[in-house]
Amino acid sequence: MTIQEQRPAAMAARIDRWTDLVRPDRVHRTLYTETQVFAEEMVKVFGGESWVYLAHESQLPQPNAFVSVRMGLRPVLVTRDRHGGLHAIFNRCAHRAATVCREESGTAKSFQCPYHGWTFKNNGELVGVPWPQGYGEMDRAEFGLTRVTRVESYRGFVFGTMNADAPSVEEWLGHARPWLDHWLDRAPEGEVLLGSAAYRMGFRGNWKLAYDNAGDGYHPSFSHRSLLEMASRMGESKDMSYFGRTPDDGPMVSYSLGNGHSVIDQRPAHGDEPGSFWRNQRPQPGREFFEESIRAEHGDDADRLLDLAIGAQINLSIFPNLLIIGNQIQVIEPLAVDRTQLTWHATRIGGVPDEVSILRMRTQEDFPAFGEPDDQANFEEAQRGLAAPEAEWILMNRGLDVTEWQSLVDGVIVTAVTDELHMRSYYDEWLRRMREEVR
Amino acid sequence: MRLSALPPQFRDTSAHSFHADADWYDELDSFRALLADDWPAAPVEEWHLAQSFLSREARLVDEGRFNDWLDLFAGDCLYWVPVTAGGGDPRREVSHAFDDHRRLTDRVYWLRTGLAYSQIPASRTRHAITNVETVVDPEGRRLVRSTFVVHEFRAGVAKTYAGWYGHVLLPHGDDWLIRLKMVNLLDSEQYHENLTLVF
Repeated sequence: MTIQEQRPAAMAARIDRWTDLVRPDRVHRTLYTETQVFAEEMVKVFGGESWVYLAHESQLPQPNAFVSVRMGLRPVLVTRDRHGGLHAIFNRCAHRAATVCREESGTAKSFQCPYHGWTFKNNGELVGVPWPQGYGEMDRAEFGLTRVTRVESYRGFVFGTMNADAPSVEEWLGHARPWLDHWLDRAPEGEVLLGSAAYRMGFRGNWKLAYDNAGDGYHPSFSHRSLLEMASRMGESKDMSYFGRTPDDGPMVSYSLGNGHSVIDQRPAHGDEPGSFWRNQRPQPGREFFEESIRAEHGDDADRLLDLAIGAQINLSIFPNLLIIGNQIQVIEPLAVDRTQLTWHATRIGGVPDEVSILRMRTQEDFPAFGEPDDQANFEEAQRGLAAPEAEWILMNRGLDVTEWQSLVDGVIVTAVTDELHMRSYYDEWLRRMREEVR
Repeated sequence: MRLSALPPQFRDTSAHSFHADADWYDELDSFRALLADDWPAAPVEEWHLAQSFLSREARLVDEGRFNDWLDLFAGDCLYWVPVTAGGGDPRREVSHAFDDHRRLTDRVYWLRTGLAYSQIPASRTRHAITNVETVVDPEGRRLVRSTFVVHEFRAGVAKTYAGWYGHVLLPHGDDWLIRLKMVNLLDSEQYHENLTLVF
């Protein structure tokens, strides 16, 4: 019996309408195809029961800044008030439902609904309605914009939930927190900044296909064959080619971090010496010139700096919608049961020379151009395959019976990189949220 | 760095990118400024030649002759599809494509691996190019600005992309080489599915 099966499993505990659909080794196709399941997920999985990622503080650089996001399908404005405090309010007029703000981001002390002129402060309070005599005694406190019940930031990452009783973000991040810390602490100033443009990539498939894939060390050798082939054009094999050599026998590992979070650690495939990330990276525009200038200017420190132009070599999945990949923040934004936006925010960091920043941009253009589109094509083809009603199951049984793969390290399960444990684990959390068991 | 000044080991720009230095980025800024200027109407002959060049380039893409298309580019070229309208600052922002000669060679290689599932089946495209304007800058480079509509059909789905091109062409014998091709999508920063087609 594997370690996963020894721990108290939510899925075995209860008999209800999900029991037959989410099994220890497989999930039912209807979880990816039924609009009713999707509608329920958009409430319960995306904020109704527990935390969901909303925005990054660097998108709200000053008092009264706002950014327009989605929390599930709810249009939400994440705002700073005049004192800098964070709020998340529904972009939905309390009167007749029109959005009160149609800009993607900006600065506003208040929002006036363009439909009938109701005006709200950027914390959601109703400040005025035109011609109030039409309402007799109106209690304005009753008609503010709906607020996201709790909003918390962890080192710049802003999360929200409608569940007043949810644990703190730190507690909920749990074992994922040290990994996020590691990712942030790579930056000399301990923070990353968005605002280096974002790819809003879309695919015609269910959002979970993206989450299934994010912790999947099984697919790269196949789904990314074009990239691996391209990388060998000039002889040397580069980044990710190590996935092609029976990855389960290699040094990479995958961790199941609890609460639906997981991480793939690719670092061991690169070795420990500074400069190894840089050396393994497919060449970017300007690589030779900028490397030479950085080495000339920074001597022994050059390898450390050059590595900062390259991704962290961890793929951290924070359930349900925040993926850290390379140097990028990827946000899963479901649009419909069979349509998903994946927003890839490029990041920059302070405390590095301009040359490193330039190379960092060029590195972040590589995988989204030559890797991710092939994955998304496969997600779309999976969605097409899911249309066949008689073939009912999506399997997630790889590694389930391989007892020697899993071991317990500091309270988390570590396993082979192609183990589908990450799927089995996040479906535990998915079930908890769908069953309203989070509290 | 000028290609003629490159150290010998870096001369092959399909394999090396020593020339894409700080000056190369600065020159890009100057191209963008030139492409944003108002220009006088071009003489008919020049206008015709510019239009013919764009039509030929587009036809190579539409026919999937990517190696021939690649041959149109200079060693210090840039094939640029920005995310931010107008280009933003590529030193601190990412682009959909920011291909120097090496990466453009990679892109063509990648398209032709037969393993890029985002291009199986391959995009069928037809480029329509209008509103062509052209002028020669003081250094003898031909600047061309045009409006495009790209129709794409792939995997059962028809899509349309619109925007404008900025080309900087270098004289090359009787012909030109592309120093810069800037593809300004109308909705560059918005939702897109599978942008692996060639614009």
